Amino acid sequence: MLPINKHDGIVIPLDRSNVDTDAIIPKQFLKSIKRSGFGPNLFDEWRYLDRGEPGKELAVRKVNPEFVLNKPQYKNGTILLARENFGCGSSREHAPWALLDFGIRIILAPSFADIFYGNCFKNGILPIPINKNITDLFFEKAQSEEGLRLNIDLEIQKIIDGNDSYSFDIDMFKKYCLLEGLDEIGLTLKNKADIKNFENNYHSQFPWLTK
Amino acid sequence: MASTLYEKIFKRHVVREDNDTFLIYIDRHLIHEVTSPQAFEGLRSANRSIWRANSILAVPDHNVPTTDRKLGILDPVSKIQVDTLDSNCDQYRLTQFKMNDQRQGIVHVIGPEQGSTLPGMTIVCGDSHTSTHGAFGSLAMGIGTSEVEHVLATQCLIVRKFKTMQVNVTGNVSDYISAKDIALHIIGKIGTAGGNGYAIEFSGPTINELSMEGRMTLCNMSIEAGSRVGLIGVDSKTIDYLEGRPFSPNGDLWNKAVDDWKNLVSDEGAVFDKVINVDASIIQPQVTWGTSPEMVCGINEVIPNPKQQVKESNKKGYEKALEYMGLEQGTNITDIFLDKIFIGSCTNSRIEDLRVAANIVKEKKVATNIKQALVVPGSGLVKKQAEKEGLDKIFIEAGFEWREPGCSMCLAMNADRLEKEERCASTSNRNFEGRQGKGGRTHLVSPQMAAAAAIHGRFVDIREID
Ligand code: SF4
Repeated sequence: MLPINKHDGIVIPLDRSNVDTDAIIPKQFLKSIKRSGFGPNLFDEWRYLDRGEPGKELAVRKVNPEFVLNKPQYKNGTILLARENFGCGSSREHAPWALLDFGIRIILAPSFADIFYGNCFKNGILPIPINKNITDLFFEKAQSEEGLRLNIDLEIQKIIDGNDSYSFDIDMFKKYCLLEGLDEIGLTLKNKADIKNFENNYHSQFPWLTK
Repeated sequence: MASTLYEKIFKRHVVREDNDTFLIYIDRHLIHEVTSPQAFEGLRSANRSIWRANSILAVPDHNVPTTDRKLGILDPVSKIQVDTLDSNCDQYRLTQFKMNDQRQGIVHVIGPEQGSTLPGMTIVCGDSHTSTHGAFGSLAMGIGTSEVEHVLATQCLIVRKFKTMQVNVTGNVSDYISAKDIALHIIGKIGTAGGNGYAIEFSGPTINELSMEGRMTLCNMSIEAGSRVGLIGVDSKTIDYLEGRPFSPNGDLWNKAVDDWKNLVSDEGAVFDKVINVDASIIQPQVTWGTSPEMVCGINEVIPNPKQQVKESNKKGYEKALEYMGLEQGTNITDIFLDKIFIGSCTNSRIEDLRVAANIVKEKKVATNIKQALVVPGSGLVKKQAEKEGLDKIFIEAGFEWREPGCSMCLAMNADRLEKEERCASTSNRNFEGRQGKGGRTHLVSPQMAAAAAIHGRFVDIREID
């Protein structure tokens, strides 16, 4: 997994609440058996005017010029800003894969859906809940002519906007994994003996659960 | 100290605790073809093995065709995904019900049907509607693909505790009000993010009255309220349902298990972080009118005015939703005409759902403005039972198509889908933009309401038709 420590990038303002994972990556792209290559189809139904299908050449797609990702000033953005309950709906990890593949490393929103929030950390994306006022302020700036560039420092848990900075909360374990780019399975397997022990006791207590 | 059901099950499964992060043991791992290939691939590339193969039950459901399967899967990309599941299951010798097995079906339908979902278990699946299995007093939740890989390799998951919410439902409901209406009403009340961070336990006299299938419908929809976990305490209905199922324990073990399961309820006086009371007696048949399950109202209501919403974000959201849905504020729900009808999905494709729907369409005909009406049973065994009862004939005579089991038009990964601007009465769980096909317009309803809409070509109040 790609670690994150400090990140500096352009903010893409996606002015919507309840953005669901079906919108982030529509189902026809879930047929892939790989983890990569989803970037071109991120937000497919909003980003293009024609219907996207796996394998369809990008060159023939009709781009929706109104959609924020297609506006030239946000093309190289790496920080996504959205409204409440970002990532609701299906548990598909293809959603963070698509965001990452496009280049998004940070997501700022007032709230996130639980499964999506957890999935981000497994893929080197840092989702940061921010309060409503800061959300409004960032939208205003990001939608203005100059746009918005932010600096995120995970180590000290701060979002830095020029001379202003805002603290954010994060689970310590998640922070540690993201800073180090750690493989959680490897970490868990260090407890192999504990798991074995637990399993033996558990199955003698609840013997009907062994099959 | 009095504990909630969630705490009781959680506690049994804690392998390790570090601050507030827990390593918990997983009893049952359900797998389907969409969210598992990358997990198996990850396992292989790290040279890891599967911790406990017999904890796994796999089935293809999202991509499978619901028409004649003798032809195999025509979409080459879908085929690769289903073939990949087959080869992974073969390689690791996992129990799988392949596409042509009569036990195949939607993963959340077959788990309980097989007795592979048992009280007190921790159950995971790379699918958000895993919450369904909580109807059996188990701790069941959807996970992402990295976590699927984590469970395959370690039989454990790293989690934090959820807060607990009790949704206490009282009041009598008539036969016209189903678990689906109760679920949609609750989502309308607390919102799609209302349950974020919580495990919801549904309780109260109305819940006790629900059948196991109704309880599954309700827990299935808890994720649409933002809650990964929906739970219902064990009672005699739970135990009766499970007795004699293929994966259920039997003989002496059955008696031991039942003794244990009887404790799987929240203790008297257990404290929840949040309590919500719902009076079910006021619930009308529900219809969603927007692009989020919380945009819902009763059949006798009109579409709300976005400008009159108190929440600023609702104003915008409602406007966008109405634009997408091609609807105007003030329209009677009963004036909404439909193009397609879908009866199916892990929310409402079990035998009781099919029975109530068949009862409404019996000796009637699908309205001429309906282009397609589908019934997709949740599993091969549901289908077989329905055919034994003659329900297939009732549907076919009325003008419905009677299909093979799978997810089908719930998310339109196979050939079953809405075209642009087509309007559908659907018994599924999500009405997001494009969910049933790009530009398609979904209205979520109960099976009875979908059946009646098929006959009348528009939404009708099932309490008033004969
Ligand atoms: S029926 Fe629909 S919601 Fe249920 S598992 Fe299949 S796609 Fe998901």
